[in-house]
Amino acid sequence: MNVRVREPRGALLLSAFIALIFQVVPLPGWLSIVRPAFLVIVVIYWSIAAPRAGGLIVPFACGLALDVFRGAVLGEHALALTLVAFLTMRFHLLIRNKPLFEQALIVFAVLTLYEFVIWCIDGWSGHTLNSGLRWLHPVTGGLLWPIFYGVLSRTHRPR
Amino acid sequence: MITFGGSGRAVHSRVAATGLRFSFYAALCVVLMFADQRGHWLDYARYALSAAAYPIQLAVDSPSAAWHWLRENFATRETLQADNARLRAANRELELRTLRVEALETENAALRGLEAALPDVAERWLAAEVLEVEVSTLRQRVIINKGATDGVFKSQTVLASGGLVGQVMRTGPWSSEVILITDPEHAVPVQVLRSGLRTIAVGQGNTGVLALPYLPVNSDIRVDDLLVTSGLGGVFPAGYPVARVLDVGRDPGQPLAQVHAQPLAAIDRDRELMLIWIRPGHPAAPLPGEEAAR
Repeated sequence: MNVRVREPRGALLLSAFIALIFQVVPLPGWLSIVRPAFLVIVVIYWSIAAPRAGGLIVPFACGLALDVFRGAVLGEHALALTLVAFLTMRFHLLIRNKPLFEQALIVFAVLTLYEFVIWCIDGWSGHTLNSGLRWLHPVTGGLLWPIFYGVLSRTHRPR
Repeated sequence: MITFGGSGRAVHSRVAATGLRFSFYAALCVVLMFADQRGHWLDYARYALSAAAYPIQLAVDSPSAAWHWLRENFATRETLQADNARLRAANRELELRTLRVEALETENAALRGLEAALPDVAERWLAAEVLEVEVSTLRQRVIINKGATDGVFKSQTVLASGGLVGQVMRTGPWSSEVILITDPEHAVPVQVLRSGLRTIAVGQGNTGVLALPYLPVNSDIRVDDLLVTSGLGGVFPAGYPVARVLDVGRDPGQPLAQVHAQPLAAIDRDRELMLIWIRPGHPAAPLPGEEAAR
């Protein structure tokens, strides 16, 4: 009964590292605006698929890495990413059993929440930017969710 | 209570533990943010973290670096010859232009009643290479491959071949972050070279345009006017070229003119930037003790 499932920690760390590189690699003009938040989506995926593999420490560490690369206030992306990971972990059984289309909608909502937290902290720390373009990446993230799901679910044995 | 077979762990306790851990991390983040924002106590932590990030920055930069290396190593004889001819011509032109500089300097010193001509405001130069460019409407920053171990310091002036590029925002041991003059959060105090009019050029989040939003409709500014740094604000030394005025819109119904200027430095194309050290006490040096112009 007490079957020990091997948690896909290696796949999690490797995919998070690759996603970090994809998220900070410089892209020209419009591409950088519509670029999905790779790291956030990967964190969401692992929170749903293997909530016990990374815990909250991996999202926290990923967020700190983003803070350093983006030159943001330390803790900004870390807070947003930990919140997103916590919510998706809390409801991972619900989300996991939804069809891909509904999952994409949920991912869109979660990414918007993430950007909202960032926006609030940006405003508090005095980096207010009244550009609507920042709300664009959750859309591409939601649209690309099936691809992320397809690629990432191949890296481990699904349960 | 429901338990997993034999493990003795309650389902609810696991969920509660996640909530507890989340509160812990959230509190940690909030403390970090306050410490970083209000107290600037985390400068050392950030310094160490940017050292840890340096290998990843190099990895991110490696494809474009490899491309440049390939292009440089497999350049054909013809392109090299053409480059050489172009550089020779440019060099000759610069030589001709500097022929009279020394004479002008002594003349200037005589006019000012000084003993000897003033040396250049820049004491030392250091070339830096761009590692990572972040150019979007939200942020205009670049990461360069020189840091505190090379003597780079915060709010140091960064130039490129055409003119002013930006200032150092944050330094790590081997890399630093440069905020470009076109960043929406950046403003440069400038002066119109022709008329001496002083104003502020604000970034727009577009590498090709700066806005001059604080000029009255009747101010003396024309298309093609050269804007140079005014030396006010305590960051940039006076007299470095910044931008050329692109268009001047005067609407009599509005109190302010709509002026746009084009930066002279090829901000999104140059891979090589220059950091300068200013001679302290020089008349063109920014006044010390003033608040940074950010």
